[in-house]
Amino acid sequence: MTSPLEQKKIKIAGPSIVTANRTWDGIVVYRTATKSWSADLSEAAIVRNSDEAKALLAESVADDVGAIGPYIAPVQVGADGKIEPGNLREQIRRTGVTIGQSAQV
Amino acid sequence: MYAYDEIDRTLVNERVSEFRDQVKRRLSGELTEDEFKILRLQNGVYLQLHAYMFRVAIPYGTLATNQLRALAHVARKYDRGYGHFTTRQNIQFNWIKLAELPDALEDLAKVGIHAMQTSGNNMRNVTSDQWAGVAPGEIEDPRIWSELIRQHTTLHPEFSFLPRKFKIAITASDHDRAAIKIHDIGLRLIKNEKGETGFEVLVGGGLGRTPFIAKTIKHFVHGRDILSYIEAILRVYNQYGRRDNIYKARIKILVHELGIEKFSREVEAEWQHIRNSSLQIDDEVIEDIRSRFTYPAYEKLPHMPDELRQAAADPDFEAWRKNSVAPHKVPGYSIVTISLKPTGGPPGDATAEQMDALADLADKFSFGEIRVGHEQNLALPHVAKRDLPALWKALDKLGLATPNVNLITDIIACPGLDYCSLANARSIPIAQELTRRFANHELANLIGRLHINISGCINACGHHHVGHIGILGVEKNGEEVYQITIGGRADENAALGTLIGPGVKFDEVADVIEDIVEAYLALRERPEELFMDTVKRLGVEPFKERVYATR
Ligand code: HEM
Ligand code: SF4
Repeated sequence: MTSPLEQKKIKIAGPSIVTANRTWDGIVVYRTATKSWSADLSEAAIVRNSDEAKALLAESVADDVGAIGPYIAPVQVGADGKIEPGNLREQIRRTGVTIGQSAQV
Repeated sequence: MYAYDEIDRTLVNERVSEFRDQVKRRLSGELTEDEFKILRLQNGVYLQLHAYMFRVAIPYGTLATNQLRALAHVARKYDRGYGHFTTRQNIQFNWIKLAELPDALEDLAKVGIHAMQTSGNNMRNVTSDQWAGVAPGEIEDPRIWSELIRQHTTLHPEFSFLPRKFKIAITASDHDRAAIKIHDIGLRLIKNEKGETGFEVLVGGGLGRTPFIAKTIKHFVHGRDILSYIEAILRVYNQYGRRDNIYKARIKILVHELGIEKFSREVEAEWQHIRNSSLQIDDEVIEDIRSRFTYPAYEKLPHMPDELRQAAADPDFEAWRKNSVAPHKVPGYSIVTISLKPTGGPPGDATAEQMDALADLADKFSFGEIRVGHEQNLALPHVAKRDLPALWKALDKLGLATPNVNLITDIIACPGLDYCSLANARSIPIAQELTRRFANHELANLIGRLHINISGCINACGHHHVGHIGILGVEKNGEEVYQITIGGRADENAALGTLIGPGVKFDEVADVIEDIVEAYLALRERPEELFMDTVKRLGVEPFKERVYATR
């Protein structure tokens, strides 16, 4: 697998975050501004240009024991600063499956 | 049932302790994810959207009740109380923690279950007919040969580092329930004029981005030569197979590019070198494997017991019996398919409670044996006919008696965007909506046999190409869009479906399927003309017209 850092150019179209899965249990986490991971999207560090994105991703990749498979994902930031996922995939990663209760009895 | 020997037990246990050590080193940072990934994949552990996913093999789809209970235990203790049965006789757990995986593997190893050959570029879990050993008219139990190949290929270096994953399926009945024509190698067990067991060998089937139906490479390979013949195929594949481009690395591409004639000549030449080697199978080896498969002590029972006669008065029982109960090779017995497709439920999911209860029912009514089929349903392979009414009542209480086997709501669907990190679109909610639309049993029955298959991306895990109606999710400008094909099938007459037109949006899919079904009901010449027959007779045009005229 090519490391995400080997991507020549990291282009982002709007506010973005870095997300990954926590190594020991796999849950969805977001990179915070304090160089750690949080399960809470509201604590994610927001990047707004490609240099910032690249730096945040580099630092995330380096923390391989903390979380795996980090990548940049789009978000929407409301006027009140509230962060929302920028696409359906990230929405599902944040709020869970859309299929209601699994395996009904 | 099959009894594993000492070699297998030792191997499985060694694997668990190795993996425990690897996980420990991973969590301490001694191993990086890049180093660890191949190790976890060798143990069936993927990373999904929300968590790790753990895939466990159910070789040739046969489970003992203690094994099903162990799966229930894993679902309950390490996961969220359910598991997902896949189209390749595996079960997947969606929420398992890496730190707990060695414990889960250890608990499964105690009952002889493992995750070898469930991921990576190796020989995958060899699959077979879920009715193996009990189907009337079957030539011979195909699991004996599945087991032979499993033993030969498990961890064999030549099969462990292939250009790409490699899948084999075996059937021994005229009606192919193992979908052999969409596998890298498909084996159809037959007898020659002398009455000797052998195989028609098919090669190069597969779905995904570039779908192909397998072609016959040799009409008869003697049973004793089957390992050398498979090895010859693998060698030619290893030699030519493209490792540079994962989209071109499957054997189907090689067979297509070389042409089946050239490919078979190459295999033949290779085979002549090795067929008289140690790969030739002694009869004793086969007999040893055969002796490890035990069959129940069937009783002599009436074909139409009183219990069944009485229950026939209940229309709900009859509805279930008609589509879930199939003839058995032994008179007085039946094969019962357990639908994992309840109205509104995700196809193939079963809760820990259902698994435990089903294990109890299998002990009581099916000599302790359960089967897993590629349609994401389960089966009880040895049910006395007199027990059918009691079994039905018990299944119904568990939500496992939906009378829809082979009907429009018996949908195959991959996990799609709700779970899968490769997905473009959701699959399960589409399946759920369709099961609600067609929940009326009279309607579903009127429509008759109709398979809908759904995949959330072109990898085709939901076999959409070979669904009578296939639904493929793609992404367009950030939106989920679904392409609909009709006319595919996965059985002995396997064919790829034809696209009916431009993709439709998530909210429109169920309406479009209803339109297709209405068109079929209006177009069929008589009630016995199945959807597939109408499509064959008229082509896709009338369906296309119906769907797009108003859209
Ligand atoms: C959820 C995690 C899964 C992932 C990441 C995954 C990934 C893939 C990929 C990448 C392929 C294409 C491989 C190739 O063509 O070389 C594939 C094929 C396949 N998958 Fe999955 N899959 C998943 C789940 C499932 C499930 C749940 C099922 C059964 C319901 C399934 C059944 C299959 C089958 C039958 C194929 C072979 C299709 C063919 O012939 O090309 N997979 N999978
Ligand atoms: S078909 Fe695509 S979306 Fe569905 S499980 Fe396979 S890889 Fe995932």
